[in-house]
Amino acid sequence: MSIANLAPSSESEIAELVTSETERVHIAGGQSRLIATEKKIISTSALNGIVEYEPGALTMVAKAGTPLSLIKETLQKERQQLAFEPPEFQHILMLPGNSTIGGVFATNASGSRRIQVGAARDHLLGVRFVDGLGRIIKNGGRVMKNVTGYDLVKLLAGSWGTLGLITEVSFKVLPIAETQLTLKLNLCDARILTTAINTPYDISGTFYDAGLRSAYIRVEGFDESVKYRVQQLLAEFSDFEIDILNMEQSKKFWKNVNNLDFLKNITGDLWRISVKPTDGIKIIEILDPKVGFLDWCGGLVWIRIDEGCDVRGKIQKLAGHAMCLLGGFDQFHPSSVIEKKLSASIRNKFDPKMLFNQEILN
Amino acid sequence: MYLTDPNPNILAKKMELVDKLLSFLPSDAVIYDPRETLAYECDALSAYRCPPMVAVLPRTTEEVANIVKLCWELDVPVVPRGSGTSLAGGALPTGDSLVLGVARMNETLEVDYSNRLMRVQTGRTNLSVTGEVESDGFFYAPDPSSQLACAISGNIAMNSGGAHCLKYGVTSNNLLGVKMVTMQGEILDLGGAQLDASGYDLLGVICGSEGQLGIVTEATLRILRKPEGALPVLIGYNDSEVAGQCVSDIIKAGVLPVAIEFMDRPCIRATDAFSQAGYPDCEALLIIEVEGSELEIEEQLAKIIVIANKHNPVELRRAKNTDEANRIWLGRKSAFGAMGQINDYMCLDGTIPVSKLPFVLKRISEMSKEFGLDVGNVFHAGDGNMHPLILYDANKPGDLEVCEAFGAEILKLCVEVGGCLTGEHGVGIEKRDLMHIQYSADDLEAQMSIKDVFDPKWLLNPTKVFPLDASVKRREGASQETAA
Ligand SMILES: Cc1cc2nc3c(=O)[nH]c(=O)nc-3n(C[C@H](O)[C@H](O)[C@@H](O)COP(=O)(O)OP(=O)(O)OC[C@H]3O[C@@H](n4cnc5c(N)ncnc54)[C@H](O)[C@@H]3O)c2cc1C
Ligand SMILES: Cc1cc2nc3c(=O)[nH]c(=O)nc-3n(C[C@H](O)[C@H](O)[C@H](O)COP(=O)(O)OP(=O)(O)OC[C@H]3O[C@@H](n4cnc5c(N)ncnc54)[C@H](O)[C@@H]3O)c2cc1C
Repeated sequence: MSIANLAPSSESEIAELVTSETERVHIAGGQSRLIATEKKIISTSALNGIVEYEPGALTMVAKAGTPLSLIKETLQKERQQLAFEPPEFQHILMLPGNSTIGGVFATNASGSRRIQVGAARDHLLGVRFVDGLGRIIKNGGRVMKNVTGYDLVKLLAGSWGTLGLITEVSFKVLPIAETQLTLKLNLCDARILTTAINTPYDISGTFYDAGLRSAYIRVEGFDESVKYRVQQLLAEFSDFEIDILNMEQSKKFWKNVNNLDFLKNITGDLWRISVKPTDGIKIIEILDPKVGFLDWCGGLVWIRIDEGCDVRGKIQKLAGHAMCLLGGFDQFHPSSVIEKKLSASIRNKFDPKMLFNQEILN
Repeated sequence: MYLTDPNPNILAKKMELVDKLLSFLPSDAVIYDPRETLAYECDALSAYRCPPMVAVLPRTTEEVANIVKLCWELDVPVVPRGSGTSLAGGALPTGDSLVLGVARMNETLEVDYSNRLMRVQTGRTNLSVTGEVESDGFFYAPDPSSQLACAISGNIAMNSGGAHCLKYGVTSNNLLGVKMVTMQGEILDLGGAQLDASGYDLLGVICGSEGQLGIVTEATLRILRKPEGALPVLIGYNDSEVAGQCVSDIIKAGVLPVAIEFMDRPCIRATDAFSQAGYPDCEALLIIEVEGSELEIEEQLAKIIVIANKHNPVELRRAKNTDEANRIWLGRKSAFGAMGQINDYMCLDGTIPVSKLPFVLKRISEMSKEFGLDVGNVFHAGDGNMHPLILYDANKPGDLEVCEAFGAEILKLCVEVGGCLTGEHGVGIEKRDLMHIQYSADDLEAQMSIKDVFDPKWLLNPTKVFPLDASVKRREGASQETAA
């Protein structure tokens, strides 16, 4: 039995649905998670397919319900990729679904390469969506540079389906690097991450295991170039004991990072905390979790901590926000009073009846 | 182009406004003598001029908040201004407006290398930001050609790009946070040193909003460690289609240069005559720059040259040192100046899907004949952002109008082939009435509703971005209140 009870296949169908709808609905992508408990679900599963792909222009257009796996496979054939490495959390959250490209952008889901190439929002070039009034709206386009009018593309990226149902996205893609290597520095300080990123060697991933005190530094590119940069980094960090992960090991390691595999099989609430990079290690010191890891040069903290621990209350003095992925707390961190006011007004413009995802970001 | 008439009810309040401003601002920060307000009558779209009623030059965010509150109470429109280099008329005043210039707000507030960021007041020029951190080996990536003059405030408002944005992105990809003042005088911090927003990405909306949602007074900018070096290669072809194919092949091969610039024959000739750069006389010229250590540059250029040679270039010249690099860049960097020597010019800024380049260039040259005006093309070929430069004679009656009509046709063409009206200069007044071409009524309504949220009275830079007929109700709603 399919959970989805509505699966419209066109924008006009969605617009019609929305105009006549009075009950609240939840927008479901691949249903890697159903956050809300609304009875009715609008699934994007029938909005499926790659609309256009121009490898020479580094751009792709796809319908929102297209499985992320299909996008990745198609890009792979041209040796290209979604450079922001969208994470997939189904394993750790023990959910059956598969991510969709619309869901990736609706949650601004971005992985380790963010420190080098930016987040999902930085790769999203255009959106089409149907808002809560049934209006079919487009913004941005399929070209890489576009400043025509306001940037609602950024607004929709990370809006978690609260402003409208995204029907189509166009985005920038990038070449897959010829090769990659990862340096593993043993028994080092978290500060190593910022030292590494501030070398001229174009680091594409930094990760720190606070328990074992080891740091991982990824270098990608053409063969000769990667070898050269690794040599330079070895010299830079000659005080440390260093292991080198070869291409296969390196790929596997970063995949595990992106899927949070290292947080599996550990009990406790799961939190994701976004802070100033140099504050990352302070968060771990303050909270003293069961396990703690840093990504994004320290700017992204992943922890598992005793159930019921109010993480937000304990780290208030550090700027940033904490999201609870598994545990009894509201998933979203409340924003400042004035941001809340502006955000509520914006939502009211696009979805005055609060049809979509009522419980999210509310 | 139609410029809106000043509202007499607002003009009548000029001295009340000035007196109140002088109660909390030093006298040299309030400019209201009509001879002096002339200094603010235009930006770099200098065909259109209109001095404001008053101009103010605050030094702090609090002063900005007080100025804006006063304007909100008196219903005076506010036009924010950085350095006035907008090519779209974004900073063009109306006769009943107050120009709020941030030129005196140019302090560095924080440099934090560990977190790769820098906090500045937004009146800082783009180049001076890099200047501040350069000696430590860092830089601020977005590099508009106007970087010596343009301010960070204008860069944020226009979401400006530069020659190197193929690799580093545009302003919005390098902006971490802002402090801004809403039209009601509220001071708001968005973003910061952390990478993610906790709710909606309001920072992303502010960037590129052309001074219509708030006055941005401080910015947190991403700074990056400089690469070890950079060198360009120059490649000439006798067919623009072949040049386009070469670019596409390079990208498909997985090489990602930091810049790929393209010039067509009229532009090559003009720049070469002007700068003596020694460019080949051919149909299409590419300048492709890569970065890294010597070895890395070597590796990338070798790949590019193999691909370029497959397409039989008429010339291929690779720079071996900085001197040779500068020579290659010399012509490109003086392209606008060179065209300006020939005649007055209008610089367009549409973006097209790169695969449509040959078709669009062909159509532009046909239209050039139809309109009887010459045009040269400079093009950020990696990302499809075109800069057709249309030559006209400002002293010849009717020439500007023909030029504008020609420009509008080119921009329509850009949209028709799947591109957009503006890739980096913004809409301003210049393209506001063309917005219908790219956006439906609902698309525009969605954007305008964001302005309703931030600026319910439509007092901030109200005549920009949106077609005048689309925004009229909202703007008149504001001025009726004034009359009442
Ligand atoms: C900060 C962060 C937190 C995350 N937390 C979780 C989590 O708790 N659980 C989890 O499984 N994954 C989480 N993810 C991962 C994210 O859900 C997946 O990466 C992404 O692939 C979801 O795709 P999906 O198609 O499965 O979306 P779904 O899981 O179906 O939906 C995710 C959210 O996006 C909305 N949405 C999906 N498609 C659209 C659309 N077309 N238009 C409008 N809105 C849409 C949904 O309403 C929902 O709010 C998180 C990612 C990030 C960046
Ligand atoms: C020769 C030349 C070359 C150029 N090259 C490029 C280029 O390569 N790339 C590119 O992108 N642009 C280029 N431009 C265009 C222009 O320089 C940019 O748009 C620049 O960002 C404008 O900055 P400014 O400080 O001069 O802003 P202004 O012209 O003063 O204002 C521009 C806009 O910003 C708003 N604004 C200014 N300050 C604030 C504030 N504090 N808060 C809110 N809004 C504000 C104004 O209201 C206006 O809408 C070029 C211009 C020239 C003349």
